[in-house]
Amino acid sequence: MVGLFKSEYKNPVVRWIDERMPIFTMMDKEYRNFPTPRNFNYFWNFGALALVNLIVMIGSGIFLAMFYTPNTSMAFGSVQRIMRDVNWGWLIRYIHMNGASMFFIVVYIHTFRGLYYGSYKRPRELLWILGVLILLLMMATAFMGYVLPWGQMSYWGATVITNLFSAFPFVGKSIVTWLWGGYSVGNATLNRFFSLHYLLPFVIFGVVFLHVVALHITGSNNPLGIDVKSKQDTVPFHPYYTIKDSVGLGVYLIVFACLVFFLPKILGDPLNFQQANPLQTPPDVVPEWYFLPFYAILRSIPNKLGGVVMMFTSVCVLFVIPWLDTSPVRSARFRPLFRPFILLLVVDVLVLGVVGAHPPVGSWILIGRLATTYYFLFFFVLMPVVGKFERPLPLPESISRPVLRGGGPLPAPSAGQPMEKP
Amino acid sequence: MRRLSLLAVLAALLATPALAQEVPPLPKVSWSFQGPFGTFNEAALQRGFQVYKEVCSNCHSLNLVHYRDLAGIGLNEAEIKAVAASVQVPGGIDKQGKPFDRPGRPADAFRNPWPNPEAAIAVFGIQPPDLSLMANARVGGPTYIYALMNGFKKPPAGMKVLPGHYYNEYFPGHQIAMPPPLHAGVVTYADHTKATVPQMAHDVATFLDWAANPEMQARKQLGVHIVLFLVFLTGLTYAVKRKIWSDVH
Repeated sequence: MVGLFKSEYKNPVVRWIDERMPIFTMMDKEYRNFPTPRNFNYFWNFGALALVNLIVMIGSGIFLAMFYTPNTSMAFGSVQRIMRDVNWGWLIRYIHMNGASMFFIVVYIHTFRGLYYGSYKRPRELLWILGVLILLLMMATAFMGYVLPWGQMSYWGATVITNLFSAFPFVGKSIVTWLWGGYSVGNATLNRFFSLHYLLPFVIFGVVFLHVVALHITGSNNPLGIDVKSKQDTVPFHPYYTIKDSVGLGVYLIVFACLVFFLPKILGDPLNFQQANPLQTPPDVVPEWYFLPFYAILRSIPNKLGGVVMMFTSVCVLFVIPWLDTSPVRSARFRPLFRPFILLLVVDVLVLGVVGAHPPVGSWILIGRLATTYYFLFFFVLMPVVGKFERPLPLPESISRPVLRGGGPLPAPSAGQPMEKP
Repeated sequence: MRRLSLLAVLAALLATPALAQEVPPLPKVSWSFQGPFGTFNEAALQRGFQVYKEVCSNCHSLNLVHYRDLAGIGLNEAEIKAVAASVQVPGGIDKQGKPFDRPGRPADAFRNPWPNPEAAIAVFGIQPPDLSLMANARVGGPTYIYALMNGFKKPPAGMKVLPGHYYNEYFPGHQIAMPPPLHAGVVTYADHTKATVPQMAHDVATFLDWAANPEMQARKQLGVHIVLFLVFLTGLTYAVKRKIWSDVH
């Protein structure tokens, strides 16, 4: 079909644009009237929070890049110059540094939400896969970002993690040399990590866009995990969820501000305040807190290649859980057998995090192995098996039924809170 | 049930005694700059600067701090100029092609006591670390510095200390190349505070925490305003949310 789009806007400028490129109509459809299940709890804030966090990271990162020097002899000093001599440099850097931690807190909760309420199940498999892809890209970006200040942990973390690839037979050593751009972590490594650290957030932004596109085809899941059946089950996205997300955003910003202004160094490693020294290995190389569970899995496997494979598997298993889970019921609320197992998985991941922070000696080895075993047991055994034997609780008839005890007149979703058209 | 038993196993494992601690736990020290409202005590900062200038700076650089930054510990312009002018710093190359020294200026970084790392290694066998970020770069921060300054003891019976090393309770491995730097009365405080070792240690740790975090006071002050504002804004948003959702629930 050729010709102008039939726009309903009255304002002549808006109408002129909308007829040629209906972004106003699209925004209206996707973000104002978009029918959204009425029963979200506050767990459903975290997707919006993750997007805000991504924007904060890109915004603060662009300013940091104006002052940062990706050279092994100047990187550490340039970061300190940002902290001391650049106007508001300490604020921008502490926002970026703690923003990374906030990002992982938000995204881990967002992922847990998806796991607990079965958001990965049909028809949202692709939406979920795109989400896991974002998580992987985030991990790569965060890892390379941590190298940039060129402290002791930056250098030795980069050395240990890139060296993991040497575990692969035949090609391993060549891969590592290729990654480093030399025969050890050095200036070439720092330069390319800076380049990629600047690039990947925009790739993430692209995948986030696809994530949202997929979401707007299938619609959101909800705490009951049942499909939307009628208009009564939904409310328009605006103003109901714009305001609810704003409440979550406020709480998120309070936590973020407390970290930045009062405890900016609490999540970092003191060793990273020491400039990288290739001649002095720290007694224990530890990654940032958000990688600790995976680091614990790596160190729990007594074989190097096995450890590397299991560590990558521990994240990549998320790609296939839409097909590992055999239960047709989405929400863990109605899955009496699955529910304790998934809550135990949360405890398990926290335990793995604690294990990852300790050198693998004494009882930490055994705890790490038990926790690693449960982690894989959950995904590869419990997920497929529990669905086959579990008797789910009776599902509610519809979303509006349990919400509206006793019935009563419903607001028509489209007339819920009329907003002025431009 | 399964969950309970697994948790019990984990708890039992966690309760097993940890490996013998190498270093004793750091002492409890109170700092005026602790907590969200903590601030630096200006008198302590200036005393600590005096300790750094008269004792530490003979061997330890403070590369990231400039003389101009001393405004942050309460020195005025004239005092800063005087402090800077009291040292000779490398002035570059003169017209005859020879390097020359000149008196320091407020814009200069603190003078490095060593012309190059080799000169320091020739004396101590190791380069004394730069102190600019020392208060951030050790677990315990200023408390570690305080403990280290007070941690010089007689080695336990049977322990041989390497030549050129000293026994220190809090140093990892207990053998430190730094001789005990502080002795009672090694500095004379202008404000008549008694210069005991714990007093000087406390003052210099305060100064080094400022050197590592010169933005701390401005940061916390701004933080209080921002958090108060956000709490108010979030409360307001929640009220609006209740109002908007009142026709749905």
